[in-house]
Amino acid sequence: MESIILQLLNGLDKGSAYALIALGLTLIFGTLGVVNFAHGALFMMGAFIAVTLNMVFGISFEVEDPTRTDFLGNVMMVDTPYVVHWFGEGVGNFLIDWSVPMAVVIAIPIMALIGVVMERGLIRFFYKRPHADQILVTFGLAIVLQEIIKAFYGANPIPTPAPEAFVGSFDVGQLLGFDPFAIMYPYWRLVYFFFAALIIGLVFAFLQFTTFGMVVRAGMADRETVGLLGIDIDRRFVLMFALAAVVAGLAGVMYAPILSPNYHIGMDFLVLSFVVVVVGGMGSLPGAVAAGFLLGILQSFASMSWIIELIPGINQVVIYLVAIVILLTRPRGLMGRKGVMEE
Amino acid sequence: MLGLTAKDARLYLIVLVMLIFAPFFLNPFPEGSGLAQFNAGYPDMMQRLVIFGLFAVGFNILFGLTGYLSFGHAAFLGAGSYAGVWMFKLLTMNVIPALIVSTIVAGLFSLLIGFISLRRSGIYFSILTLAFAQMCYSLAYSVLTPITGGETGLQLALDDPRVLGVTQTAEGNIPVPHLFGLPMNASTSLDIGAWSFTFSVGYYFAAVVFALAFYFTIRLFRSPFGLVLRAVKSNQGRLSYTGLNARPYTLAAFVISGMFAGLAGGLMVSMDPLAGAERMLWTASGEVVLMTILGGVGTLIGPILGAGAITYLEAIISTINSTVLHRWFDIFPEWLENLLVNIVYPFVGSGWHLTLGLVFMIVVIFLPGGIVEGGRKIYGLFSRKREEPGSMPPNAAAQPGPGE
Repeated sequence: MESIILQLLNGLDKGSAYALIALGLTLIFGTLGVVNFAHGALFMMGAFIAVTLNMVFGISFEVEDPTRTDFLGNVMMVDTPYVVHWFGEGVGNFLIDWSVPMAVVIAIPIMALIGVVMERGLIRFFYKRPHADQILVTFGLAIVLQEIIKAFYGANPIPTPAPEAFVGSFDVGQLLGFDPFAIMYPYWRLVYFFFAALIIGLVFAFLQFTTFGMVVRAGMADRETVGLLGIDIDRRFVLMFALAAVVAGLAGVMYAPILSPNYHIGMDFLVLSFVVVVVGGMGSLPGAVAAGFLLGILQSFASMSWIIELIPGINQVVIYLVAIVILLTRPRGLMGRKGVMEE
Repeated sequence: MLGLTAKDARLYLIVLVMLIFAPFFLNPFPEGSGLAQFNAGYPDMMQRLVIFGLFAVGFNILFGLTGYLSFGHAAFLGAGSYAGVWMFKLLTMNVIPALIVSTIVAGLFSLLIGFISLRRSGIYFSILTLAFAQMCYSLAYSVLTPITGGETGLQLALDDPRVLGVTQTAEGNIPVPHLFGLPMNASTSLDIGAWSFTFSVGYYFAAVVFALAFYFTIRLFRSPFGLVLRAVKSNQGRLSYTGLNARPYTLAAFVISGMFAGLAGGLMVSMDPLAGAERMLWTASGEVVLMTILGGVGTLIGPILGAGAITYLEAIISTINSTVLHRWFDIFPEWLENLLVNIVYPFVGSGWHLTLGLVFMIVVIFLPGGIVEGGRKIYGLFSRKREEPGSMPPNAAAQPGPGE
């Protein structure tokens, strides 16, 4: 029982990331009808916003520390970050410690800008082109973005710590009445899950309860009719692209402490997120979220040691196997609607 | 000739002449001159050109004719390489059985993957093939290590059985792949003045295989079967109204192109008996897509040109370093020299993938028909001047273009 709950929890954080990326992918599919292979790159750029902010706050200079001396009796030089020097001990260290949550604030405008530039500068020329061309051009863009990041940050993963307050694990087991220390779950993963749930809730609320969201949903269902009603649907769709970029970016920012970002982190997630979208049903937002969590949890269950002993390598392929089974039995995915991305 | 129309026979002859005399015209710069690094006439490079040409020609049978964009073709190349190395390990170092088995294994493999993936079309198909290729990659990297050699790759060893061959040579070395006793790495060179031309067994063997495969491809393009595949691309719905089920045809195209990839993989290990999982990575699949697009999708000559251009550029660009750049821009004043070097540097050497990505985007955005279409446009520009401006040649639409 304990191990089942533990695996369930372990699946949640990966599932959250899949769900967030798949949500953005589906938004872009549904509104613009574009297959965005560069969506993983947006996730990666989000993660690198966190890395950059952490680095920027860490920029330091050497000062003499009169209270300490080295073994020769000279005054020791100590690295002092500029933020500590400017804002004092308390605020400075707080900024450094909380760089990842702060990156969330910065990431929203940056990712929105990147999304708008991407859509206006490249994607909009591809609405009328075949899907193969869309796949190829965004694939090329993903390579370019990856290589730019690699040129600046190198090829190695860069560890980006979570705030001190979230280091350590939360004893979930005790809360549920099990023995202490039976089910330990890192705080930051818990934070990630709630963060993802919040973002998903906000996106759904935005689409469901605002006039803007209503128009967008109408546009997803029947673009032509909405256009005939005199609504400039294209302009709203640009904003949806920006929104999808922000969602992917935030997913990346918050994921940085869980998995040290490197330049191909986005592609690793993208392939799986595509599978998630396919399983959930192309064009279905609830499907994307449900399938994201489902596959994340399945993957974590498949990583249990006795299952690996039973079927070696199942943890590597379970997602793909599920995708194959779903596509063979329910070709439209779990919640796919008729007529969406059929050809 | 050989059942080809005059036009196709001309194209085939040109390709044959190119293959035979490649060691000469890929080596236009004399040895030791500053431009010698642009030479591509050494065996390793020429083999790569031919092998990737074969891979791209096979990929084009699927993507060019049926329009199904597979993002997992590297998996078949990888499967073919592994099968080839296993034949070297178990049976004999002769390359013929290795090539046959590589092709068959890749064919069976693509039959399985194609059978499932082809149930969906469009984006679904691309994603499914991508997922399958990633699955093969991660399996080859982890669980299948006894078969694939995992991270180190599958290599020959001194204690391999080699039932029909020798386990070790007389000197105690691992034997090299050969064609009935003719070693693949044997070569002879011809020196004319400052030029040195190398003719290797491996290259000419690969060229013969390529020539046979290309002949097969031309016949396939011109056959009724090829016509059905084109019909799948232009309108699958109408095809089914005529009473034809498209799926067996697309599956056949998928398997044929998978077998081409397996053959390319087999050739690859015949030249260098080492197979690694990274050959199955999605970037490798993306590269063959790019070759086909860059050359010209659906044309006969396009994939060859694209594969040649990409392979050549990769080899040249990835060897350029800052010393070479400084030598190039030597003639400029120093500040300009440094500026130019700093501008160009991120795109060369280890930055080759950045250049690749940019080329990819530029080709897809501005020249979706690739080199062949570009050539046709230039040709059209010059030939139209002689005719009435704005008037098309009477049967331009009906006639296949020069590269087709």
